[in-house]
Amino acid sequence: MMKRFAWTTAESPSAAASAASTICAEAMALTDGATDGAIVMAGGIDLLDLMKEGLLAPARLIGLRDIADFGAIDLERDGARLGAGITLAALAADARIRRRYPALAAAAAGAASPQIRNVATLGGNLLQRPRCWYFRSRHHRCLRRGGVHCFAHDGDNRYHAIFDNRRCAIVHPSTLATVLVALGADVQLTDAAGGSRRLPLEVFLTPPAGDLTRENILQPREILHAVHLPPISEGIRMAHSKRGEKDAFDWPLAEVAVVLDLEPGGRCRDAAVILGAAAPAPHRAVNAARQLVGAVIDEKRATAAAAAAIEDATPLADNGHKLPLFEALVRRTIMAAAQGRLEDSILR
Amino acid sequence: MQQSDPSAQFGRSTVTLEVNGTTRVIEVEARTTLAQALRGPLGLTGTKIACDRGACGACTVWLDGSPVCSCMLLAVGVGHRQVTTIEGLATADELHPVQQAFIDEDAVQCGFCTPGMVMSCAALLNDQPDCQPDDVRAAISGNLCRCGTYPHVLAAMHRLRKDPAP
Repeated sequence: MMKRFAWTTAESPSAAASAASTICAEAMALTDGATDGAIVMAGGIDLLDLMKEGLLAPARLIGLRDIADFGAIDLERDGARLGAGITLAALAADARIRRRYPALAAAAAGAASPQIRNVATLGGNLLQRPRCWYFRSRHHRCLRRGGVHCFAHDGDNRYHAIFDNRRCAIVHPSTLATVLVALGADVQLTDAAGGSRRLPLEVFLTPPAGDLTRENILQPREILHAVHLPPISEGIRMAHSKRGEKDAFDWPLAEVAVVLDLEPGGRCRDAAVILGAAAPAPHRAVNAARQLVGAVIDEKRATAAAAAAIEDATPLADNGHKLPLFEALVRRTIMAAAQGRLEDSILR
Repeated sequence: MQQSDPSAQFGRSTVTLEVNGTTRVIEVEARTTLAQALRGPLGLTGTKIACDRGACGACTVWLDGSPVCSCMLLAVGVGHRQVTTIEGLATADELHPVQQAFIDEDAVQCGFCTPGMVMSCAALLNDQPDCQPDDVRAAISGNLCRCGTYPHVLAAMHRLRKDPAP
């Protein structure tokens, strides 16, 4: 049973930010997650899970469901604005998103279960805490919860990071983040005065070096308000794929998002290859992208890029199986993107 | 900021819910989940609680017609959205077609997953009367049945499938 808390609702983003005196990460770095502060809740799927597990006990929750337009999708001339409160189901079903950002719609459609997708939001998906079983255990006070030890290093680390895993070996839990970083999305954060700051999602998901207690730079008195997607020009191709132990309702063992910008003749102008379930943040495979830029993409080129994607991995005792998995997935996802057709997706 | 009730600080508040077409007013704590409210003060025990983490689907109900895990919603957070439970599917003298098809195809063993399974299947049938086996598999991917009745659930849904208009 969850500890008692008070419930209020906010009717505007700035009112929500004003009431949000703390954030989940701040409270969870304390011994029992108990805080006198208030935390915002959209769908609540991850928040209630943490509270039921005894990892988080806020004095107050602030519901965001009454905020107008929090779940809106606006197609702008130069891209799209997604309200952070949109559900994964609504994102997956939106015909415009499916047409213009098919990899994003596919990722949303493949996350969790139908019941969860009908409640879980875009913002919550990006801000959910990691799934590491030591982090999620009341009995282990790990580095990420303010302790001094990463239990994954000596423990069972079959699902853990293969990059950037020297101190804390979590993988970032958000499937949507993998695709959104590949797309070059921005996040819009709104503060208590109604002011907004907008920054690349990739920057948002990079906490200060050495701060292992959080996966992003959201501050108290601030809410994740919206995600902005860049425009889709004529040569843009994208794909997302993932593999888990189950085909549905499972966290991926490996996932890959690829966004390519192809010249009319097929030569690759620009490429983003992002690995999910690979590192504490969506992992940009810079060397893989380098293999693609300037080339016409074929099976041979994709194979070279896939090898480059994992060449600097540092697998742990139990997760070496992720390397061939990622290598195959990177190659296939590059080919799927290169062969993809997005004729209808071009904004006129 | 709008506080739903001044006593919220002390844990209990009055909540109005639209359940199976009826307006119900109950007293709950903020921490009460919709599943607990349904089974407790609302007396609708058809909805089951198994994992209590949104992982098994036993507590599936509809919110505005869409299946959700009622264990992962706060009763105070439901607001004006319409809640439909397994008790809201059948009429006084006739089972919902999905319920009847489950009986006909023996899609029930221990029965604990059945209310949630039926809610997921009935929602799919509403949205997609011509649903194919893969659509059924996707629709019940959030409903665990440890007796393994899945093939019978698929058979039940096969009975109900309307072929698309030619």
